[in-house]
Amino acid sequence: MLAVQLAALLGGDSGNAGEGAQEALALLDGFDDALVHGLARLADERADAVTALAAAFAATPLGDRLAEAADAVVSGSITQEHLTALAGGRVALSGAVHDALLEGLDTALGRERPEWPPAPDGQETAGGAGAQSAGNVLGGVRSWLRELAITGWRGVDHDLVSAADQVIEALLATPDLRRLAVLLDGFAAELRACCPIGSADHLPVRRWADLWTRALLLAQDGVLTGEPRPAATVSGRLLVLGVDVHEHGTAVQFQVHAVLEPADGGRPRLVRTSVTVAKVDTIVGPALWKLTQRHKVLLSALADRRSVEIADMPLLDSGDLVWDDDRAFVSKPADPLATARLCLPGALAPAVPPLDRVPVRIAEPVLVEGYKVTEDGSFDLGGTVLTVDAERLPDCGPLTPKLVAASSACVGLVRWDGGRWTLQPLAVQAKVKRETVVVATGDWALGPTDPKAAKAEARAADAVTVLRERAGRLLRR
Amino acid sequence: MTDRSPNGATVWARHSRLRVVPPVQPRKLAKVPFVELADGRLQGVVSSGSDIGRVYVSSIAAGTHNYNCSTNNNRPCGGLYGSPCKHLRALVAEAVVQYGADRVSRYLRVEVPEGADPADCLGGVHEPAPAAVVFSRFLRHLAYLEVPDTTLPVPELHWFPATGTVG
Repeated sequence: MLAVQLAALLGGDSGNAGEGAQEALALLDGFDDALVHGLARLADERADAVTALAAAFAATPLGDRLAEAADAVVSGSITQEHLTALAGGRVALSGAVHDALLEGLDTALGRERPEWPPAPDGQETAGGAGAQSAGNVLGGVRSWLRELAITGWRGVDHDLVSAADQVIEALLATPDLRRLAVLLDGFAAELRACCPIGSADHLPVRRWADLWTRALLLAQDGVLTGEPRPAATVSGRLLVLGVDVHEHGTAVQFQVHAVLEPADGGRPRLVRTSVTVAKVDTIVGPALWKLTQRHKVLLSALADRRSVEIADMPLLDSGDLVWDDDRAFVSKPADPLATARLCLPGALAPAVPPLDRVPVRIAEPVLVEGYKVTEDGSFDLGGTVLTVDAERLPDCGPLTPKLVAASSACVGLVRWDGGRWTLQPLAVQAKVKRETVVVATGDWALGPTDPKAAKAEARAADAVTVLRERAGRLLRR
Repeated sequence: MTDRSPNGATVWARHSRLRVVPPVQPRKLAKVPFVELADGRLQGVVSSGSDIGRVYVSSIAAGTHNYNCSTNNNRPCGGLYGSPCKHLRALVAEAVVQYGADRVSRYLRVEVPEGADPADCLGGVHEPAPAAVVFSRFLRHLAYLEVPDTTLPVPELHWFPATGTVG
């Protein structure tokens, strides 16, 4: 990312999301506030906010349904159908904000991204084979989410949170519904940890409305069982840019960003590949990598900084490679900074699936260099300052805020949250004791290389063993 | 709930990517494999010191500090002579490692003078509580380790950033 590109990105106004985005976000905030107090207790002002959300769609095909839903909810008749319509409105609004943000970012970076291809006839609503059995579980999810919306965050108590337990258990047992299981489990754990919420000072208002909306969307029949759309298979060389780590108490996702050079000589493409594992809250830090052991090739590529040759690996239209260790082998050394320098500029970015058009999912890999680190740890690039999100460095890797502050080049993800753009570092080049080193979040994929961390990891890895022993003894009685 | 946002309430309210539940600290699990602050109690499972196949379910209620300890088949713990047994003390000690003393005392609503052991500051009495609920939560906890991994993307996890390194 050049200084001129950063200036172009940050140069606009209205939160850099372009015209109309502020208005869209204000509508969201109004609706989100209604969820704080519950739809059963809509004071005038909050009722107006619900009506305003619906009114924004007056000129669209959604207009009638949303107006009807808003009227009903305001008058106290809160049905599943009405909530789904309102959630749909919120999804559409944040989708529009996402599109504006990503377009601004792509334009600034000169990054090319194709449109999402329209679905072939009849495929969008088909639903897979698992649709039938999923139906009951999804009904349970929707009714829990309805209770939540009626009660509002401030009214949530232990009983309401615990009511989700059974639903989540059933979701976890259905592979097609894994995404919803992971989402709901993380959401419920937050509500549980904050209980009783009644008088808490600060609530993550937008976040919980996001999670509620997302869950309601995924809980519609056919949404998850119909996904993902058929993929192509690809072969070629995979050059790793870095790994982004997502985690809550019972799940961790390692999401690798990479450039794929197709074997047929086609244009290099930006891709992601992910491994998600279930865990418990006491398994943390470098021990997390142990849970992904069966993906040895991917882990070696990260730890030893090597490229990977892949053959006939499925690639979803969303740009996600469905990792399969049997179709990959570790190849030559490859430095993430060199990869970013050489391969990022011409790489083709993936289209964004309609369901994933949410600002939080924007995570575009960039290379930043030639900056001065400011006092608060931001990068000053020729007078334009890019905020560095040094809090989001995963503790399963060696990259620390100190190393980022001492760096001279950085591969990271550009993200947008809370009204501003930030850079989330994945790998840096820094001077440590007069030696130039490269440090990346995935360096410890095969175990920590730092003796202190290795000791802590040995302790923590023990956790998996102990819990497996306990499970073996107690679970199948 | 911890407010770690740089600019207070507004920022906290307008962000989507937050770590609302602070990550727990790693600890040795052999003695007390399961601890949680849930359902208005500090509760967990303590391995028996003598029988490898037996576990005790221990709990302390927030506010009243009434406590209970029994085997997973609801047999009362023999160590409860009008005061918390060693299992309950182990439960509190491990909860402090896992969550930090602050979070534990805040949840139990107990005043702990500096340097004191929170287990010594609880005023409750023995009050039978069903072990089955806690035990089944523990089994559910263990069952996570048997959920297969997936290499399909989970875009929803973008809302849950990993955090944690210091220094």
